[in-house]
Amino acid sequence: MSESTRRKSALKAAFPHTIPIFAGFWFLGMTYGIYMNVSGFAFWYPMIMSLTIFAGSVEFVAVNLLLGSFHPLQALAMTLMINARHIFYGISMLDKYRGNGWKDIYMIFGMCDESFSINYTADIPKDIDRGWFMFFVTLLNHFYWFFGATLGGIFGSLIHFNTEGLDFVMTAMFVVIFLEQWLKDKNHVSALAGIGVSVLCLLAFGAEDFMIPAMAAILGVLTLLRRPLEAGGERQ
Amino acid sequence: MTMTFMEQAAMIGMIVFGTALTRFLPFLLFPAGKPTPRYIQYLGRVLPPAVFGLLVVYCLKSVSLFTGNHGVPEAVSIAAVIALHLWKRQMLISIAGGTVCYMILVQLVF
Repeated sequence: MSESTRRKSALKAAFPHTIPIFAGFWFLGMTYGIYMNVSGFAFWYPMIMSLTIFAGSVEFVAVNLLLGSFHPLQALAMTLMINARHIFYGISMLDKYRGNGWKDIYMIFGMCDESFSINYTADIPKDIDRGWFMFFVTLLNHFYWFFGATLGGIFGSLIHFNTEGLDFVMTAMFVVIFLEQWLKDKNHVSALAGIGVSVLCLLAFGAEDFMIPAMAAILGVLTLLRRPLEAGGERQ
Repeated sequence: MTMTFMEQAAMIGMIVFGTALTRFLPFLLFPAGKPTPRYIQYLGRVLPPAVFGLLVVYCLKSVSLFTGNHGVPEAVSIAAVIALHLWKRQMLISIAGGTVCYMILVQLVF
């Protein structure tokens, strides 16, 4: 197969996996662009930030940071806290995002929640080039986000139709990904620990502050369970 | 706006740097040439199911069980997603079905 045929078939295989992200990012990105627009920023702010940061939640927080006073170190600390979960993704992708040449650099740069989830769980057909498949998943997601944010920034105040509830597409997607993982696993200890610990931390620390304690607690629980889980043969 | 353009650029630069750091860190700490510690390999294997659970909770973090809709539209729509998925096992159908269900509930019912 020639390189361009390999690329094309990888793109064809990757696209259907990104359709829910298209719906979600178009909407969320647009919301973000509109938010920037009404906060007084020109459209090229969300355009450039969606391209260079490509991490939804921190971009929303960035709007407030940019409206406040100049505290670059505080901005860095906030970013590290909000995005600390990416470290988990990286640990899980150490094998997958290696050996694909320059594409690895881009895929690691673009490892948002959605790109990680798809590339971690997707059953890539044997005849499809894995590197190109994961590359196109990342690139398409990046483009959707950029596209939504830029449109929102330009046309922000002009759009009126009832999209209330469309953001549920992201929740639905993570429920499906969780369920797919559940159906693949023989042992559900980790999945149950993830839900249980997260809910407990949400109740204890509240919606704004629960992510860091939840991640620390998940790490703690899985570390304590290492012996039984490895002995019980957690799925490979 | 109280910040100058250069100050804004520095703030955005910090956010770009911080985000990239969280993504590249594991790959920098555990380079390809050296064997990855067994503990990290174990984490790479068992973390994803827990993290997907965390992401589901993260999406639902603002749902209040005691006020407003009491989380009913969310609960019904998630049940719809799960039922559709167990039935058809088609990712797009499950996601689209659940989302349409949620939009109908929040726009027309509640």
